[in-house]
Amino acid sequence: MIRFDAVTKEFPDGTVAVDDLTLTAPTGKITVLVGPSGCGKTTSLRMVNRMIEPTRGSISLDGQDTGRMDQAELRRGIGYVIQHAGLFPHRTVLDNIGTVPRLLGWDRKKIRERSSELLERVGLEAHLGERYPSQLSGGQQQRVGVARALAADPPVMLMDEPFSAVDPIVREQLQDEFLRLQDELGKTIVFVTHDIDEAIKLGDQVAVLRVGGTLAQVAEPAYLLAHPADDFVADFVGRDRGYRALQFQETPRLPLRPERCVVLGERPEGRGSTWLLVVDDDRKPLGWVEPARVGDRAVEDADLHRGGTVARAGGTLRGALDAALSSPSRRGVVVDDSGTLVGTVMAHEVLSAIEDTDRPERDEGDPVRGGAVTVAGDEA
Amino acid sequence: MDWLASNWRTVGELTLSHLYLAGVPLLLGLALSVPLGWTAKRWRGSYAAVVTSTGLLYTIPSLALFVIMPLVLGTKILDPVNVLVAMTIYTVALLTRTVADGLMSVPDHVEQAATAMGYGGLRRLFGVELPLAVPVIAAGLRVAAVSNVSIVSIASVIGVSQLGDLLLDGYRRIIWGELLTGIVATLLLALLLDAVIQLGSRALTPWQRVAGGRP
Ligand SMILES: Nc1ncnc2c1ncn2[C@@H]1O[C@H](COP(=O)(O)OP(=O)(O)OP(=O)(O)O)[C@@H](O)[C@H]1O
Ligand SMILES: [Mg+2]
Repeated sequence: MIRFDAVTKEFPDGTVAVDDLTLTAPTGKITVLVGPSGCGKTTSLRMVNRMIEPTRGSISLDGQDTGRMDQAELRRGIGYVIQHAGLFPHRTVLDNIGTVPRLLGWDRKKIRERSSELLERVGLEAHLGERYPSQLSGGQQQRVGVARALAADPPVMLMDEPFSAVDPIVREQLQDEFLRLQDELGKTIVFVTHDIDEAIKLGDQVAVLRVGGTLAQVAEPAYLLAHPADDFVADFVGRDRGYRALQFQETPRLPLRPERCVVLGERPEGRGSTWLLVVDDDRKPLGWVEPARVGDRAVEDADLHRGGTVARAGGTLRGALDAALSSPSRRGVVVDDSGTLVGTVMAHEVLSAIEDTDRPERDEGDPVRGGAVTVAGDEA
Repeated sequence: MDWLASNWRTVGELTLSHLYLAGVPLLLGLALSVPLGWTAKRWRGSYAAVVTSTGLLYTIPSLALFVIMPLVLGTKILDPVNVLVAMTIYTVALLTRTVADGLMSVPDHVEQAATAMGYGGLRRLFGVELPLAVPVIAAGLRVAAVSNVSIVSIASVIGVSQLGDLLLDGYRRIIWGELLTGIVATLLLALLLDAVIQLGSRALTPWQRVAGGRP
């Protein structure tokens, strides 16, 4: 558990970057700090490992005041990941990963084993270990950055916009893998981003900061979307927050309809209906075709319209609605966990399901409106 | 060529002492420039003072420096130490700025990562900062090497022998063969040092060669 206790940072030039911040990052959870540029996210993060010393207030790690701990020792117990990864250009990937173990004086064989294990863990092939960072893509470098931060198995990780320098598709992959990794490792993580979508996706708890370094609100993502504490937070979480909140609502039982399908490489039967769903031999959906366009021949790969997203049965309402909205036939494709087609659903059916569910309601430990607040409940 | 044929032994000896008088100060100067450059980087306020004051040393005429060395060091006039010290001063003059700039060329995110992992003091200097500064420092070192090889010739005037002797003697007695040998040998020595530095720098920076191209 990391606890900020009335922490203020005033730089020598008079800039107040963080103002009276009180916040708890619970053990084993991801706490996201989000806010506009210059609101003091990086400053807050760096005060945890004392790369920046607070002007007032204190920060404690599991009840121990960090101000009293040995700096180097403190830092080696905290993984730190930054934008552009900050890899050492003159060391190979494996040597980069082994940096902290080396500083801690582990023996060489153990360092080597640990580095290789982590390389695999973050989804990189073994042969990349001998490369230098300049020979990796941005996304690969970022993974090495995460592996390096994890090397000595620190209980705490600080991450400062680690995924913001890569393109959106890679970012999404990295986020998904990061969540999977966190499921296994259960680190106490403070994660900084200026991207509210990323905050909502990754955070167990999201703290919104405003310029001037004050805390505007801290809450679970679903709660934040449903109950922004003030206009600033409401504005910051964005206009489509109603839609995005759907991603936290498990799909109730949706009235799925059976769908007429054609297997790829076979001829569509009948040509009456407009859109026909194409599946592979395992009944996994591939895309849609217009039978009129195909005529009498077999359906080819080139005929497929792949615009529609696919929702998972038991997934979120957002996924189901998006599948319906993005489908050319207006029928959203729903699959089971193995990716096999279960049926389709229409947007109005999802909407009525939404109307039947409740919005997330106020829970205990409810933050007060505005100002500096504490999040209650330190679920360890 | 006749001249060289009958004097090659002397030329060999003079070349070796030229190499010694130019090369040893190069290493000593580098060793001194590292702490100076590090200071200039560590305390940014001192950068201008350190870099300017060491840089100014280069403007002292070499003959003057050779001549005052015995007074400062209390050595004999003909002692080669005078030349070694003077050449070291010139090397420091050229290298301090280079080392400071090289150390400061380490990318900010790399510095931050080093700090965050608890890298401090000498470990940080030798483990992260210096290795990354090698390309910049090597470039400065090449300049200093050529400068040393050329300046040290003047030492003949104060009676410390090296290839400059051939120039001085050849000029006095108008022996073209001797003059030419002096010039060519000096040139070759400069090229040799330059090549050694380049090779050393390449050996220390395998990561530089792969940069850009992904195999
Ligand atoms: N060393 C410093 N000296 C003076 N002011 C500083 C210093 N570092 C940061 N600041 C100021 O403190 C404020 C907060 O900076 P910080 O880097 O924490 O913002 P941030 O929330 O991380 O922003 P971004 O999203 O752009 O990274 C800014 O106004 C910044 O200009
Ligand atoms: Mg920042």
